[in-house]
Formats: sequence, C-alpha cells, structure tokens
Amino acid sequence: MTSTSFKNRNLLAVIGDEDSITGLLLAGIGHINENQKKNFLVVDAKTQVSTIEAAFQDFTERKDIAILLINQHIAEKIRPTVDRYQQAFPALLEIPSKDHPYDPSKDSVLKRVQKLFGE
Amino acid sequence: MSGTGARENVFATRMALTNTKLRLKGAQTGHSLLAKKRDALTTRFRAILKKVDEAKRKMGRVMQLASFSMAEVTYATGDISYLVQEQAKQATFRVKAKQENVSGVVLPAFEVDRVTGSDFNLTGLGRGGQQVLRAKEVYAKAIETLVDLASLQTAFTILDEVIRATNRRVNAIEHIVIPRLDNTIKYIMSELDEMDREEFFRLKKVQGKKKRDTAARDALAAAEGPTTPPEFEDFGDGTGQDLLSSKDADVIF
Repeated sequence: MTSTSFKNRNLLAVIGDEDSITGLLLAGIGHINENQKKNFLVVDAKTQVSTIEAAFQDFTERKDIAILLINQHIAEKIRPTVDRYQQAFPALLEIPSKDHPYDPSKDSVLKRVQKLFGE
Repeated sequence: MSGTGARENVFATRMALTNTKLRLKGAQTGHSLLAKKRDALTTRFRAILKKVDEAKRKMGRVMQLASFSMAEVTYATGDISYLVQEQAKQATFRVKAKQENVSGVVLPAFEVDRVTGSDFNLTGLGRGGQQVLRAKEVYAKAIETLVDLASLQTAFTILDEVIRATNRRVNAIEHIVIPRLDNTIKYIMSELDEMDREEFFRLKKVQGKKKRDTAARDALAAAEGPTTPPEFEDFGDGTGQDLLSSKDADVIF
C-alpha cells in the first residue's frame, strides 16, 4: 500500500493554461527544486500532447507531490492516461479553467462515483 | 455424496474431523468479522462519496470566482503571468498529510500548511496592487477547497481499493473455504461411517463363524451319541427315590 509514503509529500503540482497557472502561483504553490525542476506546466494551443503526457507521468512519479491539479480541457486531451490513473498518491484533481466551465460528467473520479451510485 | 465438491486431502480420522471442525468454526468467525469490517467501510465510503460529489460541484463555483478575480487583475495590471512564473521559487503554499484510521485502514487527510511568504509583493506595484492581493486571497481560498477535495478523493480511492479486497476475501471464504471445509467434514464423516459399518459387519461375520463352529461341534457330538458326557445320564430306575436314604459306596462323608 502507498499509505506509508505520503508523509513527505507536501507540494501541489499543476498542469494548466496560463491563467490558471498564474492564479495558482500567485497563491504560492510554485516550487522549483534543486534540479531546476518546476512543479507546473503551462499548456497553450501549441503544446504537444506528448509533452503533456510526459509532464503527467513525471508529476505522478515524483515523490514530493501530494496533489496534482490539471485543467479539465487538458485532461480531456490525455483522457485515456487520466482514466487509467488509479493511484491514491498523488491525488489527481481536475479543475475547471476560465474558458472551459466544469463538466462533472467528464471527470474520471466522478464517473466512478456515478457508476458506484448507479449500482 | 462426499465426492461432489472440492475437499481437502486428509486422512479420515477422528483427529482430522476435530481439526477440520475447528477450522470451519474459525472460517465462520473470520467471515463474520470481515463482513462487519466491510459494512463499516462501506458506510464510510458512502458518506465520502456524497461529500466528494458536493465538493466537486463547489469547486466548480469557487474556481469560477477565482478566474473572475484573475480577469480583474489582467484588466487592471496587464499580463502578469510571465512575471509570476519567473518569480516562483519556493512554495509557500504546501500541504501536510495527517492520517486517520477507519477499521484498520489508514486514510490520509491533507491540511493546508501556509507560510506567509513575501512572494510577488512587487507584482502590481505600479497599478492594480489591490486586485492582485485580492486574487491572491481568492486563489488561496480556492486551493483550500481543492485540498479538501483532494483528501476526500484520496480517501475515496483508498477505501475503494480496500473494500474491493475485503469483498474478495469475504466472498472467497463464503464460496470457497467454507464449502470446502464442509465437504471435508462430510467426507470424513462418511468415511468414518463406512469404517463403522465395515467393523460391524466384520464382527457380525466373526460371530456368525463362531456360531457356525459351535453348531458344527454340537452336531458332531450329537452324532457320536453314546459318548455324550456322563453327567447328563438319566437314571431311569431311581425316579422318585430319596437320594439320601440310599447308601452310596463312594460317598466319603
């Protein structure tokens, strides 16, 4: 079980568009570690899907991240990967962005919730 | 009869029967305990499920508010995103993990751990400083909501996994272990009964043989006739006579 390894996880990571990132960084979640590795990735229209995938893998494998935030419209681009993600740590949260309002029916966790309630 | 289901490979002895019976009892106790654990977890799970659903919807609203305050900042100060991204060095907004125990399952709960840093205090110095400050506060609130949601979601994921495992064990005991022990007990009982019957039959056979031998011996003796033991000789002439009055030569006293 992963339950032993969450003690030293204390960072939040973000994959999002510029506005979301700016806001979240303003609140103070930005962190650059000793290897000059950022804990956020700015995604715009030109960002490759493979880059997002790589960042997603990277953030989910890092041992100091407790929560990974990802804009829903970006999660939509790598939906298979997101849906396959079942680990407890880091917790994956899909957040709405400015131009993309939140759609609960697309959220991979809420989908599971709905399924469980539907039974 | 006993060969219908899977059973354990044991010798049919009374000892094995006792052991198997004990194990069946243990399995039943374990089953009821696990079922109780599952019920407790499921109750918890349902509560969390509801909360997750609510929190997700709340997050939608909160994030909308945050985006709006960000728009205000952009309107007042222009684009600050580059500045902010460049200035991010150390996280002042972190989370702390606590743990909570529900029926032997460790559930983590995140807590906001905020260091009041002096990041970005130059941002919006020229104009729109107030908006920047407000946006900062709104986003901090939003992240608090997100952190709460993350704890719930993590608990949800872990509980889901644990409930599945518990369910599997409950079902395994109910549908595999207990029937197998039952079958073993039935098998041992039937074998013991069989042995009992065999033993009874053997004894009967022995008795029958003894009877037959005795009968044969009797028949042989009867056929030889005159040589029957003298004790059974009938003294026909002495009927009704007083035995005491007659003198026997061989009476010693």
